[in-house]
Amino acid sequence: MNNLLLIIITFTPLLGALLTLLPWGKWFSLDKAREERLIKLGATAISTLPLGLAIMLWFAYNQSAGGMQFEVKVPWIEAINVSFHIGVDGLSVPFIFLTTFLTTLGLYYSSRVIRTRVREFFFLFLLLEMGMLGVFIALDLVLFYVFWEFGLVPMYFLIGIWGQAKDRPQYSAIKFFLYTMAGSVFMLLAILGIYFVTGSFDILEAQAAQPFAGNVWLSSLAFFAFFIAFAIKVPSWPFHTWLPDAHTAAPTAGSVILAGVLLKLGAYGILRIALPVFPEAAHRFAIVIVALGVISIIYGAFVSMAQWDLKRLIAYSSVSHMGYILLGVGAAAAAIGNAELVDASSMALSGAALQMFTHGLSTGALFFLVGVIYERAHVRDLKMFGGFSSKMPYFYGLFAVAAFTSLGLPTLAGFWSELFVFRGAFAIVSVWAVIGIIGIVLTAAYILWKIVQHTFLGEYDPNKIAHWTDVETGEELHGPKDVALFEKVTLWPLTIFMILFGIFPALILTFFNNTFVDLMQGLAK
Amino acid sequence: MKLSDIVYVLPELVLLLGAALVFLLDILWLRRAASAERRMSWLPGVAIIVLLVAALAMIPSQGQQLVAATMISVDAFALFFKALALMGVGLVILTAMPYMKGRTPFGGEFYALMLVTALAISLAVSANNLILIYVSFEFLSITSYVLAGYFREDRKSGEAALKYFLYGATASAVMLYGMSLIYGATGTTDLAQISAALRTRDQADLVWLMVPAIIMLLAGFGFKASLVPFHQWAPDTYEGAPTPVTAFLSTASKATGFAILMRVFITAFGGVASIPWAPVLIVIAVITMSLGNLVALRQTNVKRLLAYSSIAQAGYILIGVAAASANPDLTFNGINGVLIYLLAYLFTNLGAFAVVIAIENETGKVEIKDYAGLIYRAPLLAGALVIFLLSLAGIPPTGGFLGKFFVFGAAVQSQMWVLLAIAAINTVVAAFYYLNIARYMFFTPRDEAAARVRVSPAFAVTVGITAVVTVLLGLAPQPLIEWASASASSLLSALP
Repeated sequence: MNNLLLIIITFTPLLGALLTLLPWGKWFSLDKAREERLIKLGATAISTLPLGLAIMLWFAYNQSAGGMQFEVKVPWIEAINVSFHIGVDGLSVPFIFLTTFLTTLGLYYSSRVIRTRVREFFFLFLLLEMGMLGVFIALDLVLFYVFWEFGLVPMYFLIGIWGQAKDRPQYSAIKFFLYTMAGSVFMLLAILGIYFVTGSFDILEAQAAQPFAGNVWLSSLAFFAFFIAFAIKVPSWPFHTWLPDAHTAAPTAGSVILAGVLLKLGAYGILRIALPVFPEAAHRFAIVIVALGVISIIYGAFVSMAQWDLKRLIAYSSVSHMGYILLGVGAAAAAIGNAELVDASSMALSGAALQMFTHGLSTGALFFLVGVIYERAHVRDLKMFGGFSSKMPYFYGLFAVAAFTSLGLPTLAGFWSELFVFRGAFAIVSVWAVIGIIGIVLTAAYILWKIVQHTFLGEYDPNKIAHWTDVETGEELHGPKDVALFEKVTLWPLTIFMILFGIFPALILTFFNNTFVDLMQGLAK
Repeated sequence: MKLSDIVYVLPELVLLLGAALVFLLDILWLRRAASAERRMSWLPGVAIIVLLVAALAMIPSQGQQLVAATMISVDAFALFFKALALMGVGLVILTAMPYMKGRTPFGGEFYALMLVTALAISLAVSANNLILIYVSFEFLSITSYVLAGYFREDRKSGEAALKYFLYGATASAVMLYGMSLIYGATGTTDLAQISAALRTRDQADLVWLMVPAIIMLLAGFGFKASLVPFHQWAPDTYEGAPTPVTAFLSTASKATGFAILMRVFITAFGGVASIPWAPVLIVIAVITMSLGNLVALRQTNVKRLLAYSSIAQAGYILIGVAAASANPDLTFNGINGVLIYLLAYLFTNLGAFAVVIAIENETGKVEIKDYAGLIYRAPLLAGALVIFLLSLAGIPPTGGFLGKFFVFGAAVQSQMWVLLAIAAINTVVAAFYYLNIARYMFFTPRDEAAARVRVSPAFAVTVGITAVVTVLLGLAPQPLIEWASASASSLLSALP
């Protein structure tokens, strides 16, 4: 059972995806509406199985032992020494949970708001879940690459088919695809390069062998081949331009997954491969990583502040928030080899990983909340909003929690990740950290001034938006109606976790901290 | 030469007799007005049985490494391409069955000619003498000209055949001149003896003779493999020829060009250090993939798009030859990458063409914009075409990814960084136009008047087989890798 756990988690979505394709309507002689309801219900139900197992995995992972657990290693392509090698450590366990959790919420929410091409939507969404989970468990570079590339395809279709026509979904979809692919093709070449040095595609063996160490040119080339592929996905300035388009065009659940999980794949790749396999090159270019992080923080925040489209604003805020991760990683890279800085650097990395997790929760929630307002008003223009606090107080409350988590308010989850990143980075790259901290002020500015003030405060003007939709019945209304039950069901779990991890950050920090202390101690030698 | 050597040419004999049988059946037994319908369904069946028998006839050659009848090598490399040709021709015949019905009254010769092309390929890939290479090459070309112009009433088909013929005749004349230069330099037409002669001569003097000779040979081989600048025939011929013939030209026929290229270059020039053929191939590879991809971006006709895509793919494949390494023990020796790529490409591209043919057969349309909303009209065809397009773009887990993986791997091993960077950028460019077809099929609203596309059983079988194989090659590639590596090492072992 232990060996099968990860396989079941990863491939249940695939099974579910294939099941959605079967002609259920014909078999049970259902009409189209009922068949679609069955597919929606079935897809959501089947996604709870990986979620349940991911929670089980969370508790089954032995933290005191640490390291890779639940490993499975069977030969896959023997001729070139590729194996189906999977396993999880303290870094991957929380993200497997995050992926399954956001997928189930996304499927549940979508089953209420997706009305066209239902079968395809749920098929692609489950396929996407498999691709993402695969990346988090892969311990073989070829396997990693297969899942990494495979995940692009369903997202391409999700953006292109269910995007709103005015957001140019076709353009955004292909832009997303080509940007990621441009990075990953070079990553593939670097993967091959590692193979010719180590004779294996195994990530753990590569970490131990540290290919190209001592060869300045090749190690730099290989490091950047990986780093740029991941930085595009993160996305870091200047590779971020696909992100606002993709986020804006994608359907709500697609944006949630994009922001909540897909961006984390890039950061995960840096932590799993780029940093441990090429510590020497990472150390050499640490200042580049730090600088990219700080520029992303500041630049993303400023651009966010200039947006009037709520969804685009949150998309750019992701660029800013993902910058914290690069700052933490860069700081840790700068500290490689220095035994005195092990504490600070593992703290920076833990903060970065925690930021990945909390950003997944808060931005996931924010995109759901944008979906809530968009389904009602069919606009996202902040100039059209105002005074919603009196009309939709419940919505205001939920929004406030997510927004303040994103802003880093103490007692909410986002605070701890920023604290740890900056606490670690100050000890190592203090000047950059000081510049980066301006980002927190700017975040407060766009969250409070731009979002909260323009959306919720002020007088409600009924003339601004004349047509409102009742999301439950589809009827037309003359004013906004507060959050519906299915939206509460979607948002409450996220809200609870944002508060829970804000009060007890240790629940998750221990996962990261143990992993990164081990990593940095290993690299310090 | 012993009479018992005849077992090694059994596949060729079977194909020859089988083709004659199909011709005769067509003329003598079945050519009665009442039986036209029956003839058109029986003859392809007979042809496929002949292909299966020819496949069985390869068994005695299995595991051999020898020369039969002084000019034919019996080795794993030749067997690989013979098998590839049989599979390719078989799938083409399957797609041609519904396509030919009603389009031309002359159905019977088509299947006989397809068998003849299989025979020509079998000879060409096992020839180890420049004379037989030339003869079998011409044999394949002439049959292909006839096939390209098969719809004699259709002007586009005629244009296709004429263009193909004019370019082909020129290319083979140039190639023959190159061969004569080689004969002049070495005094022999046998590949192994050419290699031996080149290594004993004072090589510095030969460079000025051999470089033009190599380029002239490439004109011939590159014509078949559609390498730039010998590709100009391809778009018009692909567009005008009967679509199953296009599918054949872009897969099995292209593979033959590569097979001859590899055999001649590796066997005759492989061990000769001073003859710089690898840089020539690198330059051609770069031009081929870049031009193919950039021009493909502008295409609006699916057949022309696949033509330019097929040119670009030839560029990637050539990387494997350029990066070929003399050490057969290496897992990425370049040649095995080429074989893997060609086989994966055969199934992928034939699958893509099968979908195109199925749609053309129902609707008569081959423009990309006619694919708008195809997901509503033919969900299975659209889904299968996505698999083929992803494979062509090199997205895992598909056969196309495996091919790129091995070809790029060989180049990484040879540290050809500039070539690799250009190839990588090309891969991204190519993804754009492949996905553009997917965009039309899935994102663009359908034309309300357009009816559902009916899929006849032959198409369903072809698309099903090719789609499953395309995915399987990505998921369980071990058998193919072993087979290709064994075949490649039989060629590389000829090196000193």
